[in-house]
Amino acid sequence: MTSGPQPPTSTIEVPLLAVRGLTKRYGGRVGCLDVGFDLWPGEVLGVVGESGSGKTSVLQCLAGLLQATAGTAAFAQRDGAVVDILRLPEAARRRLARTDWAMVQQNPRDGLRMGVTAGANVGEPIMAVGARHYGRIRREALGWLRQVEIPEERVDDLPSTFSGGMQQRLQIARALVTRPRLVFMDEPTGGLDVSVQARLLDLLRRLVTDLGLSAVIVTHDLAVARLLAHRLLVMQGGEVIESGLTDRVLDDPQHPYTQLLVSSVLHP
Amino acid sequence: MSEYNFAYLDEQTKRMIRRALLKAVAIPGYQVRFGSREMPLSYGWGTGGVQVTAAIIGPDDILKVIDQGADDTTNAVSIRKFFARTTGVRTTTRTERATLIQTRHRIPETPLRDGQIMVFQVPIPEPLRWLEPRESETRKMHALEEYGIMHVRLYEDITLHGRVATAYDYPVRVNGRYIMRPSPIPKFDNPKLDRSPALMLFGAGREKRIYAVPPWTPVKSLDFKDHPFTIERWAQACALCASRESFLDEVIVDDKGGRIFVCSDTDYCGRRQERAR
Repeated sequence: MTSGPQPPTSTIEVPLLAVRGLTKRYGGRVGCLDVGFDLWPGEVLGVVGESGSGKTSVLQCLAGLLQATAGTAAFAQRDGAVVDILRLPEAARRRLARTDWAMVQQNPRDGLRMGVTAGANVGEPIMAVGARHYGRIRREALGWLRQVEIPEERVDDLPSTFSGGMQQRLQIARALVTRPRLVFMDEPTGGLDVSVQARLLDLLRRLVTDLGLSAVIVTHDLAVARLLAHRLLVMQGGEVIESGLTDRVLDDPQHPYTQLLVSSVLHP
Repeated sequence: MSEYNFAYLDEQTKRMIRRALLKAVAIPGYQVRFGSREMPLSYGWGTGGVQVTAAIIGPDDILKVIDQGADDTTNAVSIRKFFARTTGVRTTTRTERATLIQTRHRIPETPLRDGQIMVFQVPIPEPLRWLEPRESETRKMHALEEYGIMHVRLYEDITLHGRVATAYDYPVRVNGRYIMRPSPIPKFDNPKLDRSPALMLFGAGREKRIYAVPPWTPVKSLDFKDHPFTIERWAQACALCASRESFLDEVIVDDKGGRIFVCSDTDYCGRRQERAR
């Protein structure tokens, strides 16, 4: 497969994010169990599996939306210091969440403020880190709308007047405006029809390459994983059952469940 | 009025409110929770302010009560009578004579002095509420100084109206730390909060919150560098006292569209008219 993304070349010797033994229990039930991986700068990691396999639990624990039961996640900050984001005090974690990483939700309504204009949605993250010049905030917002292919004249419209695909692109602009080093995406193409999905995937691929983003993308859609991810984790019942380079996992699956998953994809 | 305790509230309640007030003064702009009581007036009419006044008023105080700057409107008259009956303290309409001023919607034009106390009636104390309905989350945002969304509000104003259109209850930052709603005073009065020699106390009865700006505390109105904070200006002077410095109300005087502008602060305006005569 030559159409897949090329693995990045990097000289940095520390992974951006090193996860070990990540476990989340909901009472007696298991969300995810002993999940571990390294994410290198500029790398896109796909997490695939069926509904209930623990993909979203992993993502939400890492993004600080859920409290992990056990495990560590060592994150290399801009200054080179490595911190365990699962043990970080809430104030420090929320500060990192504003500056160093971003979250793209499956439903744009969860990631956007629906009551304020598109420009304010994109401008809010930079106002949150101290931007206090209206003209510059607006220029920055317009620049990002261009990047995600939203017409500039929509900058003063409410997101509720946008189509689903536009809302998702607006959410991506809002996530990237602070130039995060790590992006968490939960089914970014989830609720979209296929042609809109294709356009969004093209956009994401371009942004990931142009900006050198590192990302963890949770998806149940193997085509999305194939297009965006350098490496894959396959999850079932809360555990990682197989991992490796995307093309290897999808073209030569080893675990019976992965084989089943790959063979379940319809080819029209 | 021997049937009631001095200033209506029982002593235990007053002590509880005073403890909240002390905490509020110690942390300027921070909203302190308190056990708000039922008062003999309805919510929205100043139950928070009345409780704060009742907790701090003493027999030697001289009380002034204003509503929209006026001493003679229903709310002001009722509250002033209430305290006159339940405490027997002297009341006044003269700003400089008062030791304690309860207010709704205005800060007097006459500069306040050291030793005076202003009590504000607050409908909604939480400045972050407009974008964040969860109390648990707004508390966290205050604790961590996550105030980005306050500027989102100003951004929206400029985007939709070409300028910051918020004209009253204009958010301020107190002592470089907490964002605070100054109660529904016009933004014209915001500069009077900054480094005021008087103690400013804010009471929200329904929402059960008390907060304070101690004397000489810096209070800054939020703005953008390229859209600095400004206050209202009028093309005309007060039709009664010719003041060009005070906050003016527009008053319709006949059924032919005739209108005049007059000071909203009746004490200030009346004194100026007396002096002119």
